[in-house]
Amino acid sequence: MTDAVVSDRAVPVYQTAEFERRLRRRYAAEKRFRLYGIAAIGLALGMLAVLLGSVVAKGYTAFWQHELRLEVFFDPAEIDPQGTRDPAVLAQANYNTLARNALQSVLTDAGSRDARRAAGDLLSVGAAFELGRMVMDDPSLIGTRRVVSLPVSDEVDQLLKGNVSRALPEADRQITDRQLAWIEQLEAKGDLVSRFNTRLFTNGDSREPELAGLKAGLLGSMLTLFVTLVLAVPVGIAAAVYLEEFAPKNRLTDLIEVNINNLAAVPSIVFGLLGLAVFLNFFGMPRSAPLVGGVVLALLVLPTIIIAGRASLKAVPPSIREAALGIGASRLQVVTHHVLPLAMPGIMTGVIIGMAHALGETAPLLMIGMVAFIVDAPSGFTDAATMLPVQIFMWADSPERAFTERTSAAIMVLLGFLIAMNALAVILRKRFERRW
Amino acid sequence: MVAQTQIQARADARPQGGVAPAVKMEARGVKVFYGAKQALKGIDLDVRDRQVTALIGPSGCGKSTFLRCLNRMNDTIDIARVEGLMTLDGQDIYDRSIDVVQLRARVGMVFQKPNPFPKSIYDNVSYGPKIHGLAAGKDEMDEVVEKSLQRAGLWNEVKDRLREPGTGLSGGQQQRLCIARAIAVSPEVILMDEPCSALDPIATAHIEELIDELRANYTIVIVTHNMQQAARVSQRTAFFHLGEMVEVGDTEEIFTNPHDERTQGYITGRYG
Ligand SMILES: Nc1ncnc2c1ncn2[C@@H]1O[C@H](COP(=O)(O)OP(=O)(O)OP(=O)(O)O)[C@@H](O)[C@H]1O
Ligand SMILES: [Mg+2]
Repeated sequence: MTDAVVSDRAVPVYQTAEFERRLRRRYAAEKRFRLYGIAAIGLALGMLAVLLGSVVAKGYTAFWQHELRLEVFFDPAEIDPQGTRDPAVLAQANYNTLARNALQSVLTDAGSRDARRAAGDLLSVGAAFELGRMVMDDPSLIGTRRVVSLPVSDEVDQLLKGNVSRALPEADRQITDRQLAWIEQLEAKGDLVSRFNTRLFTNGDSREPELAGLKAGLLGSMLTLFVTLVLAVPVGIAAAVYLEEFAPKNRLTDLIEVNINNLAAVPSIVFGLLGLAVFLNFFGMPRSAPLVGGVVLALLVLPTIIIAGRASLKAVPPSIREAALGIGASRLQVVTHHVLPLAMPGIMTGVIIGMAHALGETAPLLMIGMVAFIVDAPSGFTDAATMLPVQIFMWADSPERAFTERTSAAIMVLLGFLIAMNALAVILRKRFERRW
Repeated sequence: MVAQTQIQARADARPQGGVAPAVKMEARGVKVFYGAKQALKGIDLDVRDRQVTALIGPSGCGKSTFLRCLNRMNDTIDIARVEGLMTLDGQDIYDRSIDVVQLRARVGMVFQKPNPFPKSIYDNVSYGPKIHGLAAGKDEMDEVVEKSLQRAGLWNEVKDRLREPGTGLSGGQQQRLCIARAIAVSPEVILMDEPCSALDPIATAHIEELIDELRANYTIVIVTHNMQQAARVSQRTAFFHLGEMVEVGDTEEIFTNPHDERTQGYITGRYG
């Protein structure tokens, strides 16, 4: 029968011009689709490159900071005239004078009161603190001469980095012509050196850009995310396992499922309001604390973890469950021995996404007081703290020129944190992965 | 066009005369509903001790459903509802006092598609004994694993690669691994749902031989679409049709002299 149909045609169907045309159209469509795909990926990568490129280009200079090498005489008459070596006395001493004396001796025309102040302004206000700390750590310095490296002020640093042009008229820059002359004098002597900016990691926030660091934000982020992780992961996995493996399928569980899906779409600031109303106002927990931040962020990421967890539990083939049930494993044993280990890579992916989300979150923290100027790094879960994104936000808001590069640098640190966290999760996931 | 003459029921090795063999499992008026849909319409069937009972019938007639009632695997399907009486050694297995986990240890199951755990061959077999505490210490466990694999006719092929994943075996080997896994918990009854449907003739022959050997120690219920297989391995055959059990009897009888014309039509390949 079929033979007859085919032989009715003069030419077999696969050799007609019509068929050729259709084949060509199909190839063209395929090629077009592939081009679209490549274009889309190219576009995405290009955007990413522009974004990262601009952040890195703007921010990498913040990892270096100029310091002034200065021979300082730790004058006993200034620091401790009575010679008591009492820490209280040492802490009270005026270390600015020491720095200014040292500057006066290396700079020309820096003798007058006015010139001494202008010269002192080349240094960061942190310079005096650092001298004080040196003396308090080691009182035997008193009476000696030492070459020390002191941070220069942010204006000087910016000028040296070329972010502020020296050619500008005096009125348009923060540095006077007299100061500029001194800077060039010190430069010529090679006393202005660029060093890796450890203060960016060892200091808390500061109004002075050259002293401002990310330690408080980094520690705040770590403490907060630790709380989030400890709360959200077990609760999320337990909820996903219960809903997927144990809960009866009825109206109530349908309702719960819909609600969880909706919860994932709730604007994050609403979770902040919840935290404010429940944890701060009702339970009276401390403001600005990583504990509260962690709990709020845990609530925020729970839906993500639950949804991803359920999806990966669902993807475990039912035959594995049947196999285990068929030899008399209890439902809990089926889950803990077979289903959960197989679903773990997928669950970990959800956790990574959730934690990355939490790491970058700012809005809910606003409501619970974590958008704050924090100088001292938090040492516990109830200390006042802030988080990296908040730190970035506050630096971006600061008018000083030097904060621009620090904002970008902070973004780089945040991205580094994120990459480190993800790398850890990927390693963990690799360990859970099994061959089928 | 299946020639009836091809089908040669294996004569039961044990004497049939006089004494009726003991009944291991018993079904009385078993009805199963999937939601509003009724899949079984009242099944009465005896499964005799240390015999192979084959369940045959066209697709969708409820063979798997019935098999899954015997170890309460249907409990895991939310919409499934079971009515009627079902006993193991005279005890109602749907009784409240019955622990379903223990029941499934006594009534093991081998599935249509080989489903080894994504673990090592050793772990696949040792899993059951481990969760039921059947082996004290490693030596005893090694022994259980070896014995189970030997009984499943797989030992010689895998004894040097016990630590390799069970999923790396061939389909037929995987199915024998699943049988070994079921045997390892020392069940009294083994349920097999089309155990050979994914296998080639040689692997199938292996499994059939195995079933024949296992009969000495275990009661076996097997679902199969292969008439020759039913004839070769079973002593009793039950024919299912549209949720009813049409006919049950000695395999030889069913294949040579079926009473119901639906049975006759099915086994001679006229419909199904
Ligand atoms: N989980 C389920 N939910 C709803 N209906 C089901 C389910 N399992 C089986 N059924 C229905 O119950 C009837 C019997 O199915 P069953 O799987 O027992 O047939 P079977 O005889 O094993 O068929 P086959 O030989 O094709 O495996 C079928 O109509 C099927 O559609
Ligand atoms: Mg079936």
